[in-house]
Amino acid sequence: MNYSFIVYILGWVLTLEAGFMVLPCVTSLIYREKTGLWFLLVAAVSALVGFLLIRKKPKNPQFFTKEGFAVVGLSWIAMSLVGALPFTLSKEIPNYIDAVFETASGFTTTGASILTDIEALSHTALIWRSFTHWIGGMGVFIFLLAILPMAGGYNMHLMRAESPGPSVGKLVPKVKESAKILYIIYLSITVAEMVLLIIARMPVFDAICISFGTAGTGGFGIRADSCASYNAVCQWIITIFMALFGINFNFYFFIIRKRFKDAFTIEEVRWYVALILLSTALVTFNTLRIHNGVGVALRTAAFQVSSIITTTGFATADFNLWPSLSKTILIILMLTGACAGSTGGGLKISRFIIWWKSIKNEIEVFIHPRSVKAVEMDGKTIEKDTVRAVSVYMVVFLLVYMISVFLISLDKFDMVTNFTAILATINNIGPGLGEVGPCGGFSGFSYFSKIVIIFDMLAGRLELYPMLLLLTPGVWKKH
Amino acid sequence: MKIIVVGCGKVGLTLVKQLSAEKHDITVIDTRSDAVSEATNSYDCMGIVGNGASYSVQKEADIDDTDLLIAVTGNDELNLLCCLIAKKAGNTATIARVRNPVYSKEISYIKEELGLSMVINPEYASAIEIARILRFPSADKIDTFAHGRVEILNFVITEDSPLKGKTLIDVSKKYKCEVLICAVERGDDAFIPNGPFILRENDRVSFVAAPRYAKEFFEKIGIDTHQVKNTMIVGGGMIAYYLAMQLRGQGINVKIIDSDRKRCEELSELLPRATIINGDATNKDVLTEEGIESCDSFIALTGIDEANIFLSMYAKSVSKAKKIITKINRISFDDMITSFQAGSIIAPKNITSDYILQQVRLMQNSIGSNVETLYKLVDGKVEALEFSIREQSPVVGIPLMELKLKRNLLIACINRGGSVITPNGQSTIQRGDTVIVVTTQKGLGDIKDILE
Repeated sequence: MNYSFIVYILGWVLTLEAGFMVLPCVTSLIYREKTGLWFLLVAAVSALVGFLLIRKKPKNPQFFTKEGFAVVGLSWIAMSLVGALPFTLSKEIPNYIDAVFETASGFTTTGASILTDIEALSHTALIWRSFTHWIGGMGVFIFLLAILPMAGGYNMHLMRAESPGPSVGKLVPKVKESAKILYIIYLSITVAEMVLLIIARMPVFDAICISFGTAGTGGFGIRADSCASYNAVCQWIITIFMALFGINFNFYFFIIRKRFKDAFTIEEVRWYVALILLSTALVTFNTLRIHNGVGVALRTAAFQVSSIITTTGFATADFNLWPSLSKTILIILMLTGACAGSTGGGLKISRFIIWWKSIKNEIEVFIHPRSVKAVEMDGKTIEKDTVRAVSVYMVVFLLVYMISVFLISLDKFDMVTNFTAILATINNIGPGLGEVGPCGGFSGFSYFSKIVIIFDMLAGRLELYPMLLLLTPGVWKKH
Repeated sequence: MKIIVVGCGKVGLTLVKQLSAEKHDITVIDTRSDAVSEATNSYDCMGIVGNGASYSVQKEADIDDTDLLIAVTGNDELNLLCCLIAKKAGNTATIARVRNPVYSKEISYIKEELGLSMVINPEYASAIEIARILRFPSADKIDTFAHGRVEILNFVITEDSPLKGKTLIDVSKKYKCEVLICAVERGDDAFIPNGPFILRENDRVSFVAAPRYAKEFFEKIGIDTHQVKNTMIVGGGMIAYYLAMQLRGQGINVKIIDSDRKRCEELSELLPRATIINGDATNKDVLTEEGIESCDSFIALTGIDEANIFLSMYAKSVSKAKKIITKINRISFDDMITSFQAGSIIAPKNITSDYILQQVRLMQNSIGSNVETLYKLVDGKVEALEFSIREQSPVVGIPLMELKLKRNLLIACINRGGSVITPNGQSTIQRGDTVIVVTTQKGLGDIKDILE
């Protein structure tokens, strides 16, 4: 393990986080709030520490997969710990563990909250909460790779550790250029949403925060009722943009490059759109009786489906009260998640496609014992190693899931709450069912459970391995 | 530049390593997915698994937008087909590796008709390199600038060398030669020395000079400069054949030892004037019988790296050979191998990639930067660049002592209208010159980059 290099990269992450904190500082200037001073203080200290760490570039350039994964895991923990400081110092979220929970939930784009009264927070704190979604959505390392003059092969290890999906590829040969393109796409769609929401008469501050939350597929609202009190047009805009951010960013890249045929034949995106349409139709029918009119039912269903499948977690209705068919559909969508290479979480549709095809092949073997068939996607054979990794991922996921449910079941809550609380946080969605439904929150859990959930959120966002690697003693040996 | 490399073998990977260090956009194509992932994991490049000669695969690699395709798979015909398709599909410049001697004879025709920018034959290139070393046995490696008018040579300071313990000022005062010591490798470090720098034993010294001055300098410091008279080659592969052809032109007697009877017969037809011995060179008696003790130079070219190293070490211990050359194909422990005393090391994959890199740099030159040639010295720690001064530049017309040059940078040579000037503080750079700069700073693209 190359410690000096890890420390060096951590230094960059801290410096970057200090830079990000400029936004809440500016906000507090506009609204004349005192909270901004704490942000300024934390940013200054974090920048100072960061500068000290990056002053000297380490001599030993050895940087392999394990270093990449470990540094990404550590950085996300560090970001959450530092990002939580202003909340506690300003007494907006007095308990530090609660503050870390809220920040980790933000960076991992989960959107699960321990706050009982969101509207009591200052504008400064609210925009930082939402901004963490935007940073975490595309990833802080992708940002780092886009702006830093980092040469060498190791940057791919960083990109792979942070980007979701079964196999991480680049858009263009250079990591730096790829990262730039991703952020340009990301920023443009975010700004488009802000503008549309403002045109649709949403207050500017709300539009900015909600757009950050949508872009990162996070889900922190800034009102007690999440998105229910915005007008119908705004809700439709949010619905569509949530769905857009759940699409594999390769799709947008192909569109920019005018490779329309390639764009529209991405298997994962087709399945994703089909799944949204089908689920929306089913939920609409199932909830017709609760809502007055098809229009309202369709809008509510579409919003909830889009919010859950992309793992955003905004809500315009309390789906706790819905019939069980609809609830079941939503739970299934929590599992599938969005496309790989998007800002969404979950297990990712592409993994399901690979599972589905390998299952089909396995069954085929019973009919034709000598049949040989490769798993293919988008007309390309999936490597055996990838198929294996995808299968193992499911097992690892289940293992982490079960252990976490077991650990938090020490608290007094019922089964549905426990199971969906972990499901909703490890998949970075936010609200689950029962006590942790759209109208509830995570404030009732013990601090121990909260720490377990913080770990799950980080593990879910980074696709398990970086966090699990940190728990493996072998990684920390010098050689 | 956007470059596609087809084939992720030894040469392919060496190329990707160098090209990505020089900040090109690289896409690699290979049919073996493990080879592709090795490249993408280690270097900043994109990988595609597939047949590089397929139009759709090239399309996926964005051939329309690519400046150069380099085909270095193990198969000549595939390489040529890759280039042909790339030429038609994307009007791309192409470089192919073609090693079959049947094609080699017709190479200029193929190059012309298929519109290739360059055809590289690794064995032929290696043979040329070996021949160059034999011509000047005192130097380990020779690179040329300005179409051969300037050479960069290096040699090691031995225990009894008169240069040992001297400063560079002493050296230039004492020998009054038109040579400039431009880089010194000591252990793992590389120095760009200045006047008070003291040379020590085992320093590997690189210097810039015109060929005849180089010879004069070597003579003055007591290093033998005569070219070898005969050579013993072990292993009768393609390199041996090309090398024998080269050496015959230089008047060097060639003796080739190979254990394969059929190959010996082939060689005897191809090389009527060479002595062909059919025997197992790993047998000491065979070597003794053929006079290894008295040979002038010894070259180990078998297909097995380990055997080559041992043969050369043996030759070193028993013979008075002025030059011993060892071919290494695979092993990457370069620093270890140099310590084995196995003479000069020739690695065909590095020679191939060096040749290709020079072509790439030349192509880039026409796009923006003004680098004519670029050599990596001292294990890549030092670069020697040749700039052509085409337009008005902030360095033109000002005496060198008044220029604020970057640290660890030396203007080694100014070449003006065919005459070579070893610069001093009063020299100036003029328009139309080519200037050779030696530096440890990487990534100079224009002559003005030499300034602070």
